[in-house]
Amino acid sequence: MAKVIPGFKVIQGGPQSVLQDSGRFGYQKLGFANGGPLDVESYYWAQRLCDNNTEATAIEILLGGVVLEALAGTVLAITGAEMPVTINGERKELWQSQRINAGDQLEIGFTSKGLRSYLAVSGGFDVPEFLGSSSTVVREEIGGLDGKALQAGQILDINNQVNDRILMLAESDRPKIQASSSAGAAEIVLRVLPGYQFEKFPEEKRQLFFSSTFKVSNRCDRMGYCLNGPDVSSGISSLLSEGICLGAVQVPPDGQPIVLLNDRQTIGGYPKLGSVVSCDISKLAQCGPGTRVRFSKISVRQAHAEILLANERRERTQLVNLEL
Amino acid sequence: MRIENAGENSVIGWFADHASVEVNESVMATCNNLEQSMGGAIIDLVPSYASLLVIFDPFRTHHAEVRERLSAAFERDSSSETITTVIELPVLYGEAFGPDLTRISENAGVTEAQVAELHQSIEYRVYAIGFAPGFAYLGEVDSRLATPRLETPRQNVPKGAVAIADRKTAVYPAQSPGGWNLIGLCPTRLIDPAAESPMLITVGDRVRFVEIDESQYLSLGGEL
Repeated sequence: MAKVIPGFKVIQGGPQSVLQDSGRFGYQKLGFANGGPLDVESYYWAQRLCDNNTEATAIEILLGGVVLEALAGTVLAITGAEMPVTINGERKELWQSQRINAGDQLEIGFTSKGLRSYLAVSGGFDVPEFLGSSSTVVREEIGGLDGKALQAGQILDINNQVNDRILMLAESDRPKIQASSSAGAAEIVLRVLPGYQFEKFPEEKRQLFFSSTFKVSNRCDRMGYCLNGPDVSSGISSLLSEGICLGAVQVPPDGQPIVLLNDRQTIGGYPKLGSVVSCDISKLAQCGPGTRVRFSKISVRQAHAEILLANERRERTQLVNLEL
Repeated sequence: MRIENAGENSVIGWFADHASVEVNESVMATCNNLEQSMGGAIIDLVPSYASLLVIFDPFRTHHAEVRERLSAAFERDSSSETITTVIELPVLYGEAFGPDLTRISENAGVTEAQVAELHQSIEYRVYAIGFAPGFAYLGEVDSRLATPRLETPRQNVPKGAVAIADRKTAVYPAQSPGGWNLIGLCPTRLIDPAAESPMLITVGDRVRFVEIDESQYLSLGGEL
């Protein structure tokens, strides 16, 4: 059994850094959101680089601005958005594990590309579980430490289980961060599985949805991404509240679509066109306001095959051992 | 029942296009059947008024199988053997504790005391839980009390606020923004993270409201 020890002291928490394991599942019927990492790809690789099981608790860092003081020697890895990382002022690489010693200062600067990065530590952060998960859902004030984002002065416990392997994910195997953090030329395509009230939207609105370019608005967070573009409203007046799955594209009466993410409300009554597949949600979560978004259709068989393929590809990927 | 794909690992079944006790009972019976028949292949089940969203593990099953199982689990005839839990929730009614009480009484053409009486006169059914953890949609209130949501939601509705929107009533489990009309306060904790079953109320339960006075409210742990 791993011993729990104080691992880090938070010197600076950043705009919103939240402890996340793989998510809180099985409790949506009681109204609890799933939580969990928005970019599951980057989260997965951070765990693999630390030789962790792929459900261990990591920190999801929004934008950057995090400073931690190590209280014990361990191994860590940072993946995802391109944030400059230093240990005691010395520049360190993303997508590979790093040794850190007690007393060292880890600084994660602000991102130049992408929005979210994942900091995993060997053995995982040790956080009390609520309903089987450590995931922080700030809106519900649960999970993590007191249901909130990281605050200066907090001590982060870790499971002391130091692996001596220093690993790297080859550049060709890394997920591509497609968007810059500021409004730029970036454009992403999200594949949507038509479903829910799809057939009830007028034909013309469905065509408009798949042929137009939308822009990520300023209202984008862990609950959902609001997009601006042509009016694709359904004309459906009232709908009984129903369960909402990850990636559901709901269209309120103003005709502006919202892609619902991990911290979404569990039920709601707006008409939905379908859902964005999870592989593409990882990409969307790295995009900030101004990013251009287009939608394309995917069939149920394709979507299912994508999940299995992506998983197979990940599991087969060998990490590079840097200290052989 | 009409079944459609919802997402890459979910399907949704619609039982009817209206809400009723019978429809909601059928949703819950089907939900329980499916949980028993599919067990570990299910990640989340989200029952609501007249629908059931089934989120499954794509490494253990697939859409076609889940659609078939959902169809097989469909319970038309909600069995009479279902055990219903009745939960009693104490309420401190009054304009001082529920600032919309006066308006509701004026609209209904009854006194404030009668609003409290009418609110207590029904054993409500929990149709759905959502919006926030433990937020139970209870129906239906006496038609005289039906009141539309506020045009501008309040920034802060206190924990325990007892509220009405249209013909639904609810208790806010935690402080949050909200647009429902407030008529009183309930001291009962609806979520207890430390408890083995952390939620007091689940879909299908019945809820009764019982009036208490200020000193009872405080002795039951209520905060003013």
